[in-house]
Amino acid sequence: MIPPIRSTLMALAGLALAGPAVAQVKLTGAGATFPNIIYQDWVLSYNQQHREVQLNYQSIGSGGGIRQFSENTVDFGGTDAPMTDSTIAAVGGNVLHLPTVLGGLAVIYNLRGVSTPVKFSPQVLADIFLGKLTSWNDPRIAAINPTVQLPRSDILVVHRSDGSGTTYVFTDYLSKVSPEWQRRVGKGTSVNWPVGLGGRGNEGVAATVGQTPGAIGHAELGYADANKLQYGQVQNRAGQFVTPTVESVTAAAAGAMADMGPTTDFRVSITNPGGADAYPIASFTWLLLRKQYADAAKAGALVPFVWWAVTDGQAAAARLGYAPLPAAMRPWIEARLKSVTAGGKAVWAGRK
Amino acid sequence: MSRGRARRRAVSAIMTGLVGLLSAVAVLPLVLIFSYLMFKGASSLNLAFFLDNPVPAGQTGGGVAHAIVGSGIIVGLAALIGLPVGIGAGIFLAEYGSGRLGWTVRFVADVLNGTPSIIIGIFAWTWIVRPQRHFSGLAGALALAVILVPLVARTTEEMVRLVPHSLREAALALGYPRWRTSLTIVVRTALAGIVTGGLVGVARVAGETAPLLFTALGNLNFSTHVNEPMQALPLQIYVYATGPFPEWHRLAWAASLVLILLVFGLALVARRVAANRYGAG
Amino acid sequence: MRPDRAYQAALTGMALLLPALLLALLVELAVNAWPSIDRFGWSFVFTSTWDPVADVYGAGPLIFGTLASSFVALVLAVPLAFSVAIFLSEFAPRWLKRPLGFLVELLAAVPSVVYGLWGIFVLIPFLQGAFGWLPFFQGAFYGNSMLAGGIILAVMVVPYIAAVSREVLNAVPTTQREAALALGATRWEAVWMAVLPYGRAGLVGAVMLGLGRALGETMAVTMVIGNRHDISFSLLQPGYTMAAAIANEFSEATTSLYLSALFEVGLVLFVITVLVNAAARLLVWRTAPGRAVGSRAL
Repeated sequence: MIPPIRSTLMALAGLALAGPAVAQVKLTGAGATFPNIIYQDWVLSYNQQHREVQLNYQSIGSGGGIRQFSENTVDFGGTDAPMTDSTIAAVGGNVLHLPTVLGGLAVIYNLRGVSTPVKFSPQVLADIFLGKLTSWNDPRIAAINPTVQLPRSDILVVHRSDGSGTTYVFTDYLSKVSPEWQRRVGKGTSVNWPVGLGGRGNEGVAATVGQTPGAIGHAELGYADANKLQYGQVQNRAGQFVTPTVESVTAAAAGAMADMGPTTDFRVSITNPGGADAYPIASFTWLLLRKQYADAAKAGALVPFVWWAVTDGQAAAARLGYAPLPAAMRPWIEARLKSVTAGGKAVWAGRK
Repeated sequence: MSRGRARRRAVSAIMTGLVGLLSAVAVLPLVLIFSYLMFKGASSLNLAFFLDNPVPAGQTGGGVAHAIVGSGIIVGLAALIGLPVGIGAGIFLAEYGSGRLGWTVRFVADVLNGTPSIIIGIFAWTWIVRPQRHFSGLAGALALAVILVPLVARTTEEMVRLVPHSLREAALALGYPRWRTSLTIVVRTALAGIVTGGLVGVARVAGETAPLLFTALGNLNFSTHVNEPMQALPLQIYVYATGPFPEWHRLAWAASLVLILLVFGLALVARRVAANRYGAG
Repeated sequence: MRPDRAYQAALTGMALLLPALLLALLVELAVNAWPSIDRFGWSFVFTSTWDPVADVYGAGPLIFGTLASSFVALVLAVPLAFSVAIFLSEFAPRWLKRPLGFLVELLAAVPSVVYGLWGIFVLIPFLQGAFGWLPFFQGAFYGNSMLAGGIILAVMVVPYIAAVSREVLNAVPTTQREAALALGATRWEAVWMAVLPYGRAGLVGAVMLGLGRALGETMAVTMVIGNRHDISFSLLQPGYTMAAAIANEFSEATTSLYLSALFEVGLVLFVITVLVNAAARLLVWRTAPGRAVGSRAL
């Protein structure tokens, strides 16, 4: 898995002596930071196993992913906020949303002295991020956390400073549960946050919350686990307080599949779903591919990677804090991938 | 000694002491930062750090080989493009720059030197990345070259001006044409200073991050292809420093130490050469 | 004659690239900013709402944050920088001049991102510890704040102001000092009454050069200032600067108006820094004419 010194020296020697013997296809993607942990894992593993391809993914935020994809400066994009109808129209409809993995958005906080996970109700969450609830020992929080000794300190809100699908998912959820949030802020990849300071990427928010006592923020579950951050339980539509786990995120997606069908374009929101065990703030994350590529070699290298990611790659999901896609989705994704063309011809014939 | 004179002497002594103290405070951050970098980063400077590529986020180990090589390529390219133009402009300013055009160019150079490097970055994005429709190390190199040119122009001018007029006059008196005097006598004499000025400029752009954000973009992989996204050491430090993983922080400290040693080393060399040549402090 | 002409023409051509570059920068920024200028007009500079969802942009907080953080930086940096300059040019013994001058140069050579790294892991925790217990300051204290931004900027501009001030003071004729001393002034009085007033224009210029640097600093600032589109008069609150906003949001601006607004921010930043730098250079050249002042580190 880890490229050792040897291979690096060999690569250097190879470059010094002659050009690459096989034309290596280089693919550049950029976008969401939400799936970055698993995308990096996938990219570095796939590059190792398939030397004829070299993938590069830069996490610059979903907004950036959509932008760069639309402007044709990257080969594929990554986003947790599906493109809107108008942005799709702006690229002439030449885009495919392919879900790769499911993630849960953990409500992370930094309360060193508190060891039991704090429970949050939808209204409490909305009011914290609206700036109406400003201290940890507010009676409303204490009411749903009767056994927890909450400190008498300020709640320091941290949100995203960049254009982010994670923001989209979180604000999508808050818009569903709080009419005031819907009215004042709305949902989007970049919103006018009423309070709080901005961190760059899931990485930046996780870092800032981890370094600031009393802070609260939102980040993908994988980041929370990797950095041993505290996160709380959120009350779902059925009234249960649920911890974000692989299981509860999968439960959130289970209901969603019923609404989709084989011809779905996959742009479905799964926040605040029904189901007793469902975690309310979960989302698909998508890779953006074009329906028609100009470069057959690139398309021909990219599509197998995406197929690998939604099949073999799913094994890495749980380990890294993401939930694998429901297996029943694979035929639908396969059909979509088979429809990718370059120069009029399909670039991939389907699974081997 | 009258009381007034003693009081004035005391004031003078106090002010001298205060000024000395504040000077020490002024350079204190440098000592603090450098020692902290050594403390946090030195232990991570092993062979793996220099020769390995990164491992996936959250895992331990890995190195910044791709960033070091990427920086070398981008900065090298920037120097290749920017140094000749900057030195040429500097020679112009010293040799032919006494008129209005010279004054204007000098003024513009100083203004450009004060322009924020992020503005240069978005300029390079609109001129190179957007029309080309992809990010590249080349675009990053061009952005750095734009920063390098006015910087080197002014240091070159300063060095060439230091060449005594008597040398010029002697050469001209001996029948050398103007261009030959300028090139083989004047510039040759100032060469050491010009080179060190160039080195200092290169050291400065090697540490720049902002212009590379939207041009070179960054790359997880080891790449030597300038027409594709490329990683650079300052970019890598930025990503690692603002991330949550302790492993990333460890690498950021080490990489910063490497960067700062490089920059300090070049500054030391420049100082030593300039001092030897011109004896000034 | 011909080779002489060719040589001069070649050099002139290279030199002319500089004004051409400046012009190209200005034009490029203005053209790309036009849609935003057209839509928002002057309100862009005064309003505070930065709302990408509603596609409404006001750069008031950015401009305020840039000016405020730079002002804080100057308040902290000027006394320190002037002290260094005065000490180096007037009082320092010979053996101390070289090393101290070198240390100051090194301060200027430290890359911005390294200052930012130090800011995140050393300065911010220090500030959290020093101020975090103050409950009566306005709002909650994150650590990431305008104050942190100002302090980092101060450290970064000290060497610039010091280097230029030192050159200015060195350019003051020795006769000024000698005359004062001959009239019975103490060493300090000679500096205070004869040298500093003579170099006043240059010193103001040095400060303005430092200001110009502070206005445009990006990386270190965005790593410690909190990145919040808000105007607050408490230094302990997070803030935002023009350069930091561009760095964070440029790659991701989702609509063309958003991108145009960021270009307009860049244009405003560019114009402000050009004006400040131009004024600074003119002032410095009053005392030290035409000198490539402090260009070694700058």
